[in-house]
Amino acid sequence: MERVNSIADLEEIKAMVRPLLLVREDPDYTRIREAPQIDILICRGTGCTAAGSGEVEEAFKDAVKRNGLEARVRVIKTGCRGFCEKGPNVTIFPGDILYTEVSAEDVSEIVEGHLFGGEFVQRLLYKEPVTGKATPASHEIDFYKKQRREVMHLNGLIDPWSIEEYIAHDGYRGLAKALLEMKPEEVLEEVRKSGIRGRGGAGFPTGTKWGFVHSAPGEEKFVLCNGDEGDPGAFMNRSVLEGNPHSVIEGMTIGAYAIGNVRQGYAYIRAEYPLAIETMSNAIRQAREYGFLGEDILGTGFDFEIDIFPGAGAFVCGEETALMRSIEGERGNPRQRPPFPANKGLFDKPSTLNNVETWSNIPRIILKGGDWYSSIGAKGNTGTKTFCLVGKINNSGIAEVPLGTLMKDLIFDIGGGCPGGKKFKAVQIGGPSGGVIPYKHIDTPVDYESITGLGAIMGSGGLIVMDEDNCMVDVAKFYLGFTQDESCGKCTPCRAGIPKLREILTRISEGRGRMEDIDLLAELGGMIAEVSLCGLGQTAPNPVLSTLRHFREEYEAHIIDKRCPTGVCKPLVAYHALEDKCMACLINIAGFEAGGYEAINQALLDFIPGRVIQKVKPSGGCVVDLARFLMTCAQREGCGECVPCRVGTTQMLGMLEDIAAGNGTLGMLDLLIELGDTIKIASRCTFGTSAADPVLSLIKHFRDDFEEHIIDKHCPSGMCKLPLSYHMVCPIRPSVVATFRGEAELAKALV
Amino acid sequence: MERIAVEALARREGGVGYAGRIFEQTQRIIHDTGGQAGALIRVLQQAQGMIGYLPPPVLKTISRDLKIPLSEVYGIVSFYHFFTMVPKGKHVIQVCMGTSCYVKGGQKLLDTLKKAVGLEPEGMTPDGKFSLETVRCLGACALSPVMTVGGDIHRKVEPAGVMEILSRYK
Repeated sequence: MERVNSIADLEEIKAMVRPLLLVREDPDYTRIREAPQIDILICRGTGCTAAGSGEVEEAFKDAVKRNGLEARVRVIKTGCRGFCEKGPNVTIFPGDILYTEVSAEDVSEIVEGHLFGGEFVQRLLYKEPVTGKATPASHEIDFYKKQRREVMHLNGLIDPWSIEEYIAHDGYRGLAKALLEMKPEEVLEEVRKSGIRGRGGAGFPTGTKWGFVHSAPGEEKFVLCNGDEGDPGAFMNRSVLEGNPHSVIEGMTIGAYAIGNVRQGYAYIRAEYPLAIETMSNAIRQAREYGFLGEDILGTGFDFEIDIFPGAGAFVCGEETALMRSIEGERGNPRQRPPFPANKGLFDKPSTLNNVETWSNIPRIILKGGDWYSSIGAKGNTGTKTFCLVGKINNSGIAEVPLGTLMKDLIFDIGGGCPGGKKFKAVQIGGPSGGVIPYKHIDTPVDYESITGLGAIMGSGGLIVMDEDNCMVDVAKFYLGFTQDESCGKCTPCRAGIPKLREILTRISEGRGRMEDIDLLAELGGMIAEVSLCGLGQTAPNPVLSTLRHFREEYEAHIIDKRCPTGVCKPLVAYHALEDKCMACLINIAGFEAGGYEAINQALLDFIPGRVIQKVKPSGGCVVDLARFLMTCAQREGCGECVPCRVGTTQMLGMLEDIAAGNGTLGMLDLLIELGDTIKIASRCTFGTSAADPVLSLIKHFRDDFEEHIIDKHCPSGMCKLPLSYHMVCPIRPSVVATFRGEAELAKALV
Repeated sequence: MERIAVEALARREGGVGYAGRIFEQTQRIIHDTGGQAGALIRVLQQAQGMIGYLPPPVLKTISRDLKIPLSEVYGIVSFYHFFTMVPKGKHVIQVCMGTSCYVKGGQKLLDTLKKAVGLEPEGMTPDGKFSLETVRCLGACALSPVMTVGGDIHRKVEPAGVMEILSRYK
């Protein structure tokens, strides 16, 4: 391949390739039968590939060959087009007709019906979740229609493995313009003018950041690309790397030129994204062949090279100083700033680290101008931002909107709301470093300042939607589990503080919480945020603090009422029989107001004569607990003069406490009787001779209960701190009420 | 015990000279990547890619040849989740515990799997067929809950369908 040396060379390639791609801009599906060219685009992003788009691609190729359509029909694999929920996605041009959830078996139907017959295959068209209306053309689907795609504009439209298709869409024109027509300072100025802010989450102005590195003294500098997209629930960087890798390469090269003295760049991509690494490697190889990377780029004498560094799975490596450590081959421990990486970064040389999305914005900013970019979005929050809509949402996938768009529009108009008619509760933004935005703030515009004002952060753009079934205490606990795992352990507030926070949350979710815990969470969280070394620790308490701020009543329900309103926290679940459903199995408890464990116990007492009623006899309480209580009185009130009473009662009490705690043995029962008899005979006064009587009679009449405590480690009344009995609608026959002892048994039944 | 059994299995299947070959391959990797900045992590990645895990002898060879203290090599291996010193089964089952999968029932899926294969995360079945691990977000959030078996992604997995999926792997 000839190296590209001028804008004219680029234009030549474009003039050659672009006409071949024009069909992908033709919205007129009616011409499908006589169209000279048909393109079938198959999404091969990770999502659709997992759903089987590989087989679909093969099936299409076979069908094309079988029908002798090779001259007219091209089957092309593209990167992620962001509509992952409905994968595998197949788009057919002319017409931009989107088929969703296509399987290999559907292929012949599409070829015969659509390609030959000119009729849509109705059942595979996308249907709006609310109205159920089928929408054939993808640009008319609400999900796409309401977006503004700038970063993602080529995703799903070009073959990411072909540099020529990128060039045909003005690819590398921005680089050519920068290198051939602009001074580095002019490039910097253009980026500054665009107002673009770091898309990794913190929102620091990119132009200013580059300016620092530009003016830092040093003969050797580095530019780095942060593709360590570790936030669970975020995958927009992966989509760009897989769908449009050249935009990142072009952006980094422009950045290297603008900053000056940069000959080497690194793209740090997490190892969990093998396809992204592969696509990017291929793109770098192609860029080198065409002379966009390597020595003497575009014949200007500018040298620049990019290496891929596969991450090794550590969330903290998304932090800039940790990432640089990792490239140096060390543990990814962050370090104190200042000195900032702009002065002392990778290998102690001035470096800039920018997010994948930031880099991929740069070529268009240079090509179309900073003013064009700053006209998108809101003042101080210019441009577009990609978001991953996941969780309890109808249209999961990637959505790109101008900053300042209302959260409401993003979730309901584009995302289509929560599935199954469930009520939207909150959206978590910013991953483990972010917070929740509840329904009452759904009108907030999505920009850096408004989101921070609500106690969350913009983050890299993961939006996890939660509905009425999600428990906020549980979600906060989940995130702390994540940050605890991922903390590098270098500084104490983060290493020791996060487990403490989590301990308190666990306590609350198990019904052992105290009201003081709420203040403690706030205080400890604030402390961790203030004194931790790096961004991971500083933001780790955010999920707790923000759920506490917006859902305090849910915490209080866990603490005061010992109730998890959503039923997620298992130890707090109260099972009750469904009156109309219960026919009769072992126990007929129809006819009482459903009201949790207590009510069932009462119902058992009221309805069932015989064995059950006898077992729960002592006023519904536990005989072991009663025995322990009576023995405590006896032991405390004794005068202490004679040994049998003084020592004997203490020993009996000890054994009863063991049994109540689930540590008893059968031998203890006999020992209790023996000891009780001894005390009875040998004590000096009537206090002593009668002290053991109640216990002895309880053992005599309710030996079953004692044995149940000892053998089954179970307290039938739930008064001893042993596993409880659960009553629930029988999982096998929903018409029946079943009883389970302890959580283990219950869990077994629930699966 | 399990680990010893698996190592023995690997040796038996590897045949004569298994240990020697591993040693040679490790040295070749070191040679190929040596001198590069950050060579250690790349060497470890490639060695694990080849052997499947990083047993102490491999770490010792790497430490000696790259002239990096063994303690530091171990520090790196234990820091990054990607590295493992425990051998893995023929089919590695990964259950995604990212947020999206979690809110859509990932925990239930994990619980079911634990029972199905009788393993805790990071464990391996005695016959070396399956090992179970959890990962933080595979970035396939629109397909939650997700699990992978031997690299194949299975999407929207219902706990009830777990046995059927596992039965496809012999």
